[in-house]
Amino acid sequence: MFFDSFTEFLHMGGHGLFVWLSYGITCLIIAQNFIAPVLTRKKVIKDIERQMRREQK
Amino acid sequence: MWSALKRLYHQLGSPKWFYEITSRWSPWFLWIGSTLMIIGVVWGLAFAPADYLQGNSFRIIYVHVPAALLSQSAYIMMAVAGLVGLVWNMKMSFVVGKTIAPIGASLAIIALVTGAIWGKPTWGTWWVWDARLTSMLILLFLYMGVMAIYNAIESEEMANKAAAVLALVGSINIPIIKYSVEWWNTLHQPATITLTKKPTMAPEMFIPLVLTIIGLYCWFAVWVFARTRNEILWRERRTKWVKSLLNTGANH
Repeated sequence: MFFDSFTEFLHMGGHGLFVWLSYGITCLIIAQNFIAPVLTRKKVIKDIERQMRREQK
Repeated sequence: MWSALKRLYHQLGSPKWFYEITSRWSPWFLWIGSTLMIIGVVWGLAFAPADYLQGNSFRIIYVHVPAALLSQSAYIMMAVAGLVGLVWNMKMSFVVGKTIAPIGASLAIIALVTGAIWGKPTWGTWWVWDARLTSMLILLFLYMGVMAIYNAIESEEMANKAAAVLALVGSINIPIIKYSVEWWNTLHQPATITLTKKPTMAPEMFIPLVLTIIGLYCWFAVWVFARTRNEILWRERRTKWVKSLLNTGANH
């Protein structure tokens, strides 16, 4: 470990705000990339199933 | 060799085959990518030494460089997909190109935002209108242009062609991004990674960067596969295989 304590790790030698802000924003955008296709998939499957039920009637 | 390539091309062109094979590949890409990413980020944030000039702010490199690099590779993939679609009229190729656009745009946003945040403590400014930063902003606009075409043009065939042409014309921007730090005076530092030269970074800084880059490539594959599979399901909704897939209920 490069840092002596957890507080120093968070502080990043005075650059904490910049480092954690960068990582935070990146995390959000990456999470969105994982979540978006899962939600789309649910919607697509629901739409197809609705259409299949309509055709069966 | 040639016949094997030809077979792969035809298989990739088949939506059903693409759907099934990527369903099997995705978990591998997900777990390998996540493992590399976690090791790389923990190493880069907590164990790599601080930069002697930039201090700890250099740790932003582990999110900035992978995103910047991949946003450019993704663009090339999108342009190639468009070219293949135009030349051989391959539907699946257009679909892949379409799904890359929003992912590439999100990566360009990461690169621009983390670059701005990194610039503040390093250069004393969030933004300058120099060649590297401006050409990266243009990359984001090109991705948004492709997305806008798909939103605006109703005819799928027209949208595919227009998006592919835009992607191809815009690919002139990729060498401009790459060489911008050499051709023009810029605040941006030269390339961190080159394939031809030995890294100038210390290995304990460099290895985690390589891990996060490979990790992000794996995640990118997962995202492209997932979005493409959604497109396939909807396009093929009237086929037998999609109906039986949904009827078994195994894929919810």
